[in-house]
Amino acid sequence: MPSRINDFAIKLANVNGTGSASANGLIMQAIFRMGVPVSGKNLFPSNIQGLPTWYEIRVNAKGYTARALDYDLIVAMNSQTYKKDVAEVRDGGFLLYDSSWPLDDELIRDDIHYIGVPLARMCNEAFGAPRERILMKNIATAGALIELLNIDAAVVEQLLEEKYGKKKAMRESNKKALKLGADYIKANFTYPLEFHLKTMNANDDKILIDGNTATALGCVYGGATVAAWYPITPATSVMDGFKEFCEQYRKDPETGVNNFAILQAEDELAAIGMVIGASWNGARAFTSTAGPGVSLMNELLGLAYYAEIPAVVVDVQRVGPSTGMPTRTQQGDLFECAYASHGDTKHILLIPANPNECFQFAPKCFDLAERFQTPVFLMSDLDIGMNDWVTPKFTWDDSYTPDRGKVLTAEQLESLDKFYRYLPTDGTAVAARTLPGIHSKGSFFTRGSGHDKYGVYTETPDLYAEVMDRLLLKHKEAAGWVPAPIIEKREGAKVGMITIGGCDPAVREALDMLADMGRPMDYMRIRAFPFHADVEEFLATHDYCYVVEQNRDGQLCSMLTLETPVSKDKIKPILIYSGFPLSAKHVIDAVTARLEELNAIYR
Amino acid sequence: MPSIVKPLVTHPSLVRNELGLTIRDYEGSMSTLCAGCGHDSITAAIIRALWELSVEPCMLAKLSGIGCSSKTPTYFVGGAHGFNSAHGRMPAIATGANAANRTLTYLGVSGDGDSLSIGIGHLSHAIRRNLNMLYVLENNGVYGLTKGQFSASSDVGSKSKKGEANKMSPIDPVQLALTLGATFVARSFSGDKAQLVPILKAGLAHRGFALVDVISPCVTFNDHEGSTKSYKYTRGKHHIATESDFVPHANEIVGEIGPVGATTIQMHDGSSLRFTKVPEGYDVTDRMAAMEYLRAHQGEVVTGVLFADESVPEMHEMNNTPAEPLGSLPFSKLCPGSGALAELMADFR
Ligand SMILES: Cc1ncc(C[n+]2csc(CCOP(=O)(O)OP(=O)(O)O)c2C)c(N)n1
Ligand code: SF4
Ligand SMILES: [Mg+2]
Repeated sequence: MPSRINDFAIKLANVNGTGSASANGLIMQAIFRMGVPVSGKNLFPSNIQGLPTWYEIRVNAKGYTARALDYDLIVAMNSQTYKKDVAEVRDGGFLLYDSSWPLDDELIRDDIHYIGVPLARMCNEAFGAPRERILMKNIATAGALIELLNIDAAVVEQLLEEKYGKKKAMRESNKKALKLGADYIKANFTYPLEFHLKTMNANDDKILIDGNTATALGCVYGGATVAAWYPITPATSVMDGFKEFCEQYRKDPETGVNNFAILQAEDELAAIGMVIGASWNGARAFTSTAGPGVSLMNELLGLAYYAEIPAVVVDVQRVGPSTGMPTRTQQGDLFECAYASHGDTKHILLIPANPNECFQFAPKCFDLAERFQTPVFLMSDLDIGMNDWVTPKFTWDDSYTPDRGKVLTAEQLESLDKFYRYLPTDGTAVAARTLPGIHSKGSFFTRGSGHDKYGVYTETPDLYAEVMDRLLLKHKEAAGWVPAPIIEKREGAKVGMITIGGCDPAVREALDMLADMGRPMDYMRIRAFPFHADVEEFLATHDYCYVVEQNRDGQLCSMLTLETPVSKDKIKPILIYSGFPLSAKHVIDAVTARLEELNAIYR
Repeated sequence: MPSIVKPLVTHPSLVRNELGLTIRDYEGSMSTLCAGCGHDSITAAIIRALWELSVEPCMLAKLSGIGCSSKTPTYFVGGAHGFNSAHGRMPAIATGANAANRTLTYLGVSGDGDSLSIGIGHLSHAIRRNLNMLYVLENNGVYGLTKGQFSASSDVGSKSKKGEANKMSPIDPVQLALTLGATFVARSFSGDKAQLVPILKAGLAHRGFALVDVISPCVTFNDHEGSTKSYKYTRGKHHIATESDFVPHANEIVGEIGPVGATTIQMHDGSSLRFTKVPEGYDVTDRMAAMEYLRAHQGEVVTGVLFADESVPEMHEMNNTPAEPLGSLPFSKLCPGSGALAELMADFR
């Protein structure tokens, strides 16, 4: 096999709770610092300790960093999954295992290479405390990988310096463990392997960050002051991040007070209630949750929709239904969020594809929620939210001013004959609102019961319908304000490929592969609901469109047929919903499964 | 529930409060509840309490859940903002509202169904947060609005209108609140305005969560023989444990302090709650004493301010939030800007 530089995938099989995460992170970060395009996917169980967990790293000089599914090297550190892990190594690939114990015969394949390193034995001899022995085994493994993959040792050293700067003992143990692994490889094997790393400079303007941290930062920059939440995987780190950034940026330098309030609610019903209460009172407020939380929030989301109160909900989607698979990713909450609550409701969704968009969209969510006085969802997911992504550095435009929507001031109220809460006066579908404590003339009794356009309680059919029709119009108006889809056209394309969110890197890679196969396709990544006019335009100009999404029922497909004039037979769903991040291979397999159709189009 | 507009003819001799407002200025739209409903008497007491305290109408936020009781915020202070939210969720909405703007006076109205069944979780946690609000629980032992089902405060043996007897043990909001650490707990009776008004005023002045459980007979579904929340039963069993008087901070405290154990509690805003009668050995600042007293008087409707503690920090104090509303902080104080962001990016390399 010819040597392959900066183009390979490895998978590390570990036991949850043994400290493998920090070693995995170290490798990932070192590769990033070497300026090489890289991704890391944590495939972890819903468990604190004991169950299998995997970490995949893909390195690709061309920037294809979706999951590869073909593993050049598997690091098998979990006896529970040994057999499965051995089976997943590609033909001619490598298996790194702990040779403190002999390998079972059934784990021997004659088409792969074995690299046995007596990790446990070495660490037991070198370290005293049992916990340290376990932790350092992971670091020793990293040491072996440094040599096998040609990771820049100086970069690793620097990272340890940064991480353990003051904790000298920890730094020294780590260094010692790294050396154990590295020395063993140098003494016993040919290194580096035929596939390995070489320094590049692809990451100069990039950062390594997870989507939840990015969302949290976006909420700080967007001016959120009240956050209410109930802990749930995979959304918890949004609030952890928000708290951390608030401690950093929102402590008043003069008075020391907190220019924020974070309320850990008793449940998600309360969390959304608090958001609605705070927004009603003029604060930018949000909650972060996952599908089960949104299910609980349904009743109050309908109240916010109908009474026209801003509310921002960050939904970090995970696998449903019910408890489902809490630590696996999915795009299964589109219906749940777009149409949350009883009666006729429609909400605004923003759908980021990566941490950079999480950061950009978070302030946008507040702008839209206040402009349209309605709930807005940020539809992240576990893959985006909890994995570290290489993404362009965030930037901020200091000329940004928050769009607080139409809120009447005391002076405006003073000069008003009478205030009517639900009567727009500027030709749009949005009426001005008033805040408590401003002026008695603006006082209003907010409620979820039937009302006419003046805000007066009604059970009269026409008067009720008039308001409902305006709410629909308001949702339509929002289509002009949400982020437009990303559209990329290719010469000779006859087919469209549509997707959302974190499917982006896998679909792009697949599109390049398809183009190489003589099947160029146009690309559209939808970024919001209601659908932007460009979405309809794309659908109208393509007779055959694949729609790639991560749920069983083709929720995006259904929404497209429901909310645009596109005919159902134009839409070809590609549905990958088993809980792991998407790979280009998934897309290619689905396309080639119906190759005749495609061939007929391109004939 | 159409709201009927009342004719606004003000008698010139009507007394004005500190703000120059008459009691009519604290009224709302005409009640649409059944004639004789206890809730209407409570509304009248609320109007009087707010007027006497000279609460500025636009600085009042009145919130409620769903139920006949929860409709009543429309019937007082038309000049205040109100939020008639969803069944049981008022404490959550109030928590968020209060978090965003602590400068308003918060008054929540709820029912026994709203508070003790569907919303008991929110009520409990609002108490734990010591949310600064007056929470009036209009307790009729029945679901009025859905026409007469038992509520969680119906006593064992209490009979529904159809004659069916309740077999499950009741939840007493006063005991619940005491157990959960509430900092102001009182009970009163809608038929006793003389007692209710000062209690409401003290609850409004209290720093933190003030729960006032008001027995409020439902004339339509729960005012018959066999009901333990009827006018007749409540009048018969009404046991006034403590008698109190609310003294605004401007006024000097005058008059007799009652028998042994009587106290004057200094409220956070400088006003005081003066007890004119407290049973011997009962200390209104002693939670255990209050609980023991209630236990010793089971079967009676014990009323009065039963417990008050002004020393516990309320939600904002716990959260160290600024004095001005979070919702109106200037954006420049909230957004760290491009420079800070560029610096922060180095942490993600
Ligand atoms: C989610 C939900 N479930 C049920 C109802 C129906 N409902 C309306 S009021 C009510 C009970 C109200 O009882 P209570 O709080 O005691 O008020 P009251 O009418 O007795 O004053 C119920 C069950 C509702 N509005 N919302
Ligand atoms: S049904 Fe009962 S609680 Fe409701 S308004 Fe009538 S009397 Fe009052
Ligand atoms: Mg009731």
